[in-house]
Amino acid sequence: MKMVLLSYTDLVLAAVLVVALALLSIRMKLSLWKQIIIAALRTTVQLLLIGLVLKAVFANAKLPWITLMALFMLLAAGREVTARQKRRLAGFWGFGVGTVSMFISSFTVTIFALIAIVGNTPWYAPQYAIPLLGMLLGNTMNGVALGINHLTQASWEQRRIIEERLILGQDRTQAILDIRRESVRTGLIPIINSMAAAGIVSLPGMMTGQILAGSPPVEAVKYQILIMFLIAAGTGFGTLSAVWFTSHRLFDARHRLRLDRLSSIGNTI
Amino acid sequence: MATWVEAGTRFYKNLCSTIIFSVRVASFDQESKMGKLVVEKLRFHVHGPFSFTINSCELVGLTGPSGVGKTLMLRALIDLDPHEGQIFVDDVECNNVSAPVWRKMVGMLPAETQWWHDKVGEHMNEPRMDVLERLGFDMDVLDWEVRRLSTGEKQRLGLVRLLCNSPEVLLLDEPTASLDISNAEEVEKIISEYSEERNVAVLWVTHDIEQLRRITRRYFLMKTEKELEELNP
Repeated sequence: MKMVLLSYTDLVLAAVLVVALALLSIRMKLSLWKQIIIAALRTTVQLLLIGLVLKAVFANAKLPWITLMALFMLLAAGREVTARQKRRLAGFWGFGVGTVSMFISSFTVTIFALIAIVGNTPWYAPQYAIPLLGMLLGNTMNGVALGINHLTQASWEQRRIIEERLILGQDRTQAILDIRRESVRTGLIPIINSMAAAGIVSLPGMMTGQILAGSPPVEAVKYQILIMFLIAAGTGFGTLSAVWFTSHRLFDARHRLRLDRLSSIGNTI
Repeated sequence: MATWVEAGTRFYKNLCSTIIFSVRVASFDQESKMGKLVVEKLRFHVHGPFSFTINSCELVGLTGPSGVGKTLMLRALIDLDPHEGQIFVDDVECNNVSAPVWRKMVGMLPAETQWWHDKVGEHMNEPRMDVLERLGFDMDVLDWEVRRLSTGEKQRLGLVRLLCNSPEVLLLDEPTASLDISNAEEVEKIISEYSEERNVAVLWVTHDIEQLRRITRRYFLMKTEKELEELNP
């Protein structure tokens, strides 16, 4: 089977749909059209650029270059996580907590998968390393962002309950335990849903891509299962550690709730 | 991974609090337990410095215009807000014990109590049945749903919940504000008795001058955020 190559006209046709959505949102006064257009432009520019970058990195498969690219992806993911918080930790913490958690989970899981499962030589071969890390980061980012956002938001709303629990002599772990559990759950629901719905409701993107490119479906499916498991693990560990770090930062050594460590800057894209 | 770290930290903290707590209890046994509150040069936010002493078995009022910082002072005393200066319960200084241990020693009843589980009983560890009865509740109150409680019921049950910790000092923020007169008087009696039985110092925030006359021999008037005047009702 030969792959159908897309022309730029094909892409423009798809873009018309996005523009239609933006126009509809103006008409319905959703004040979303700017965000839709900016996000669509970002997708176009970023993906075109990454196409060029991948071409260069594939041609020049040296570990330092791949590391540099991986770090760049991590920092960009960190920025996205920070930008999606309604109330984020003030100062460097807001960026640091999400980024460090994603580093711990995504990088560990990717390296584990590359060495122990894929077993390519060299293990960092960019054709595998970069897409794997990209998929992991993208999903972990969602989990981390949802988890932290729920944690800070719920702590803000339920501050009187948290403080009452502290007043009654509970320590900071007990006082925020329920909120913390709920935050981890919030972060993990998307990946649990997509694992549960995979194959029945949705055909996951990577598998679809491989099939479109001409791979035998069974081989594509095996890869997809692998990716699903890696994403679940990465998102889980990432969300757990992000929620743990953030909730730790919400209290001081004397077990006081320190909401003054949150700054409230609205959502940006 | 985080859960393991968490479990480890919690175990360590519990161990520390237990040790501190046991040491503290042991020292009290030797000198007979008192429950005197000594505050020295307490500053919090823009307030203070305030210094005062409440003896064990003594019930002292605190009053002043709304928004002057009475509740903030209780929050500082219970170490819920950052503060400077020293606070002692007998010879134990606030910073020498862990915050949860301190908050169990110095019990505070907020003006509006909060409830987070579904049932009343889930919030209490071995509540005193005699107190429940005197405040007009049966045993089955423990199965009541929290969302159906009235403000007054929450306030009375909040007191019962607080006493489960057997605090050695009581800080009460308008504990009878939403109670009818008979319940208010019962609360006054319960607290006076508790204070005498357990040698407990009580700081009672109220706007009710009649109540101050009934239950205290002296009270503090917080005139401004810097001035605390001692008066007799």
